[in-house]
Amino acid sequence: MKHVIHKPYFNWEKEEKWLNEMSAKGLALVRYTWCRYEFEDSAPGEYIYRIELLDYPALSLTSRRYIRFVEGTGAEFVSSYFRWVYFRKKAADGHFTLHSDIPSQISHNKKVRSFWLGLALLELSAGLLNVSLGLTPKQNWFQIVMGGLLFVMGWAFLFWAFQITRKIRRLRKEQLILDA
Amino acid sequence: MADTTGALTEAVYYILLSLFKPMHGYGIMQNVKALSRGRVSLGAGTLYGAIGTLLEKGWICPAGNTKDDRKKEYVITETGKTIVNAELERLEELLQNGRRITGGDES
Repeated sequence: MKHVIHKPYFNWEKEEKWLNEMSAKGLALVRYTWCRYEFEDSAPGEYIYRIELLDYPALSLTSRRYIRFVEGTGAEFVSSYFRWVYFRKKAADGHFTLHSDIPSQISHNKKVRSFWLGLALLELSAGLLNVSLGLTPKQNWFQIVMGGLLFVMGWAFLFWAFQITRKIRRLRKEQLILDA
Repeated sequence: MADTTGALTEAVYYILLSLFKPMHGYGIMQNVKALSRGRVSLGAGTLYGAIGTLLEKGWICPAGNTKDDRKKEYVITETGKTIVNAELERLEELLQNGRRITGGDES
């Protein structure tokens, strides 16, 4: 049976955790599009899910080559949205992780940070533009409110990017003493 | 860049060792796991990145002619073997010093 849940997620690690909790309950993700998760029934805990942000859109040649490589390691490509991809592997086949050492965790976190920084910049400039257009020549409240909302969202994304920076810093410190 | 002075990461060291025989990605992951008795589990993303870098450096090269990305095989090059030997010497030094100072080795 199909189950659809709408949910927004900033934090891909929390999202991943949630997908694995759903999987533990017997709900296996089969498709994702913007804030929309489609699940199918499965045996509880049948799959482990992992989310990754790629360098290029999931449908590009470079990304498809990578996705095929991951499939070759026994994982299954579940869904993709722009540059985000969702993989799963049967829990019975053992441990499933995509980034097993600190350097590759750092580079993935940096990629995610650039992604949110880009979005933040877009929202902030769109917000600013809307507010300034709304203020002149005569006040257009709709545009001002929309612009304000975009602006607030831009700041939220910026804040989230800052959180990722803190995480990268923590990983770097660990890297100084550990080769893991 | 002086290729031989730095320490190899554990992942790269075990990937290079694995490729003394031609192997594809999944084979490397399983081999590394077996070599380390289950301690080292390479992530597919980490392995893919490492393979790309090692190819660029010429430490490994493609083996066979399959076009299927799932089954593509790689093998270590002569340069790669030199790197592994240098790393072995470095590790010997680490071990010897460690054993001597902690008293594990009486000689």
